[in-house]
Amino acid sequence: MTTFDLNGRTVSARSPDDTPLLWVIRDELGLTGTKFGCGIGFCGACTVHVEGRATRSCITPVGAVAGARVTTIEGLDPQGKHPLQTAWLELQVPQCGYCQSGQIMQAATLLKDFPNPTDQDINAVMAGSVCRCMTYVRIRKAIKLAAAKMQGGAHE
Amino acid sequence: MNSGLSPHGFRAPYDTSRRGFLITMIGAGVMLGYARSGLAAVESLTKETKAPLSPNELFEPTIWYGIDTNGVVTVNILRAEMGQHVGTALARIVADELEADWSKVKIVIVDSDPKWGLMITGGSWSVWQSFSVLSRSGAAGRIALIEEGAKLLGVSPKACTARKGAVHAGERSILYGDIVARGDLRRGYTNEELEKIPIKTRADRRFIGRDTAHSLDIPSKVNGSGRYGLDAAIDGMIYARPKIPPTRYDSKVIAIDDSAARCIPGYIKSLALDDPSGTNPGWVMVYADTFTAANQATDFVKVKWESGPSANVSERNLQQRAAELIADPKGGALLVDDPGVDAAFASAKRKIERTYTTATAMHFALEPINALAFEKNGVFEIHTGNQWQSAILPILAKALGRSQDKIVMRSYLLGGAFGRRLDGDYAVGAALAAKAVGRPVKMVCTRADDMRFDCPRSATTQVVRLAWGDDNRIAAMDHHAAAGWPTATIAPYFQGKDAKGNLYDPFAIQGADHWYTVGLQRVRALNNELADRTFRPGYLRSVSAGWTNWAVESFMDEVAHAAGIDSVKFRLSLLDATGRNAGLAPNSIGGAHRQAAVLSRCAQKAGWGSAMPKDVGLGIASTFGQERGMPTWVACAARVRVNRTNGYVTVEKMNIVIDCGTVIHPDSAEAQVEGAALWGLSLALHEGTEFVNGQPKDTNLDSYRVLRMGDVPEIDVEFLSSIETPVGLGEPAVTPIAPAISNAIFAATGARVRHLPIRPQAVLQALARES
Repeated sequence: MTTFDLNGRTVSARSPDDTPLLWVIRDELGLTGTKFGCGIGFCGACTVHVEGRATRSCITPVGAVAGARVTTIEGLDPQGKHPLQTAWLELQVPQCGYCQSGQIMQAATLLKDFPNPTDQDINAVMAGSVCRCMTYVRIRKAIKLAAAKMQGGAHE
Repeated sequence: MNSGLSPHGFRAPYDTSRRGFLITMIGAGVMLGYARSGLAAVESLTKETKAPLSPNELFEPTIWYGIDTNGVVTVNILRAEMGQHVGTALARIVADELEADWSKVKIVIVDSDPKWGLMITGGSWSVWQSFSVLSRSGAAGRIALIEEGAKLLGVSPKACTARKGAVHAGERSILYGDIVARGDLRRGYTNEELEKIPIKTRADRRFIGRDTAHSLDIPSKVNGSGRYGLDAAIDGMIYARPKIPPTRYDSKVIAIDDSAARCIPGYIKSLALDDPSGTNPGWVMVYADTFTAANQATDFVKVKWESGPSANVSERNLQQRAAELIADPKGGALLVDDPGVDAAFASAKRKIERTYTTATAMHFALEPINALAFEKNGVFEIHTGNQWQSAILPILAKALGRSQDKIVMRSYLLGGAFGRRLDGDYAVGAALAAKAVGRPVKMVCTRADDMRFDCPRSATTQVVRLAWGDDNRIAAMDHHAAAGWPTATIAPYFQGKDAKGNLYDPFAIQGADHWYTVGLQRVRALNNELADRTFRPGYLRSVSAGWTNWAVESFMDEVAHAAGIDSVKFRLSLLDATGRNAGLAPNSIGGAHRQAAVLSRCAQKAGWGSAMPKDVGLGIASTFGQERGMPTWVACAARVRVNRTNGYVTVEKMNIVIDCGTVIHPDSAEAQVEGAALWGLSLALHEGTEFVNGQPKDTNLDSYRVLRMGDVPEIDVEFLSSIETPVGLGEPAVTPIAPAISNAIFAATGARVRHLPIRPQAVLQALARES
């Protein structure tokens, strides 16, 4: 039994400690916005935040997040209106959409570390997030748009 | 020469000649679509039909769209949503003619049902196939609403206009929902009458060609609420992961030893599946309470197989077989077969011959294949994302030993497809897994399973020759292409026939039948049957045009260079739109002149002919997209930098110019072109694997390299303004990228590469040859 905080609520997982956090979130706790892509941490589709840091949930045993704060796409913003999400809508970023939860979660920590990211910052931090529809051009634009919005307004 | 390329009504999913187009009232709404006499309409819906058109005709109410008394327009989408926002594009076509209020337009992606006719999402066909009929059904709805609205307003229809979901007469108006509630909208049209309904000209359009409405599927893709196949669940389901046999075919299970797996909590059992359809021979399914348990247990279960003969087949064998097929002048099918080609070569003043190859390439859709299957009320339900329900349903019927009407495929969003989900083989595995244990089973493949079970783009070999006759005139061109044939496996009845009756897979040769005027021409398609036996060749984004154009456009560059002519000028001189290249209204109207137009514009924008820095080159290529019957004209100029020390190629910029006829949704269209072009780039420089002893060598991202953020060059996309028939858009921009890059490498360094993907080592070898 592992207890942790998931999107602001305390949850207890029955799954064995070595179960990847991804499958606990999806199959046991029923939040399916976090996706399974490669299973080895190389594609980024499963990215969540653990204590605010982008983490690949497919290679993170649930036992490792005991007591930690875990945030998924469903909990990034209570209304689903994080500046990244509104920028993603405004620029119509997603195609198939499967990777986009992970892209947005990765980008959220990018903007914490680099509030005004350069192209090089974006290349470096987003390098681990694969988009097979190749929406990279719009992801880059949307990150910059969200950065501008966040610098202009007040949003954590 | 393309009459054979639309076999079996491929592009005519509805027999519109025999069905009346009807507007009818059902329940609390109005439905617009085709009726089918006396055949299986959905009972629960027909019961609600107020007045069937005649006692002998049952209305099939849900073919196209319906309007309810709140004015909500629900458009039924028969196509898979896999990132192309196809539902939105199709709904925009209806909404434009209907003068609908976009805020009240909804789309429903439907489950499989015989009433829909052919269900396939591929070939970039969806908009092209649907544009005319959806436009006219939208217009028919508008006309009926105006007629009934006028009655309710007590005015003449001529005094009325329709706009934003209401009929207006001067200051007064009535909402569509109210007309549906109070008017009598029942109408019937013959197909002829429907075809006579005029559709709008460009100036009157409100959605088509304008960025006036966002894609309806996107909001669910930024907040995690979108439901993909992987998210399908039902109470009481268990999980399963397959153990993939050592060869795609002919593997037999000899023994299963699950003793080590029994220590995994939640492990249930392992079973060898019996597959009467022969789709997935030798599969063993490992069941458990959770996916994690099934995943771990699968690694512990030991299976002894007797493998098939392809256990000895590796990539070099595939390429060697392709070369043998091409070397034999007999065999294959001739798409183009002008008499006198051999004589022209025999008497040629000068000849050039080149060989181009491509490696096996994987789909790697980000959502690994999966499906949920169970039996409920006598019907077998398969919940999964799929692109070609009509092809796999008969196979499922055979596998499950039941009739097709007792099987339904429920539709979900597809986490990428790119052609992978045209082959529904994975649904067969899941269905058999559920049948074997008599309870709901969710089959999930790991990435490695998905890759080993992929239907990859076959390795290909092409030999292209050209002969010059007197006065340096091009006398003949000869193109031979050998590859695995997806259609021969997945849907053999969809193959084409050449003039002599030889079968061929159009999707393993299209593109080679180009629009250049080159004198006498021969195009020969050869089936690499060794590939077909080793794996299931698949359709991969842009299909054969993704590799035939690699040969055609590299070769055009080589020929221009050999002739000492600028390669753009050379191509333009051959794109003269004469003879078979003149084009046919409506789909290919203008013919090769439209290819010349995109090529010229692209060259101009990219600064063709301007001086480049050292080791930087500009390369260009242009194609007609995928098929001659529905050409999408596209050109790419790529500017690349070559590192002579390590062979590394950096693409700095891609200029793309495209003519797809009428653009339905400009912003979404640009997204498709960007995505397709970057697929082209990924396949050109990064993506490729090799078969080793019957299995693909690379099974995950630790060794299979795909395009990532930092690899993306500057991209400039321009659509040529057009009011012609909308053709395809999801794939064509893949096709010119690889040859443009290769031609740029040549321009930068003088080194020619002829194999995809272009690895640094190959560039170094080409540079060494050059020096």
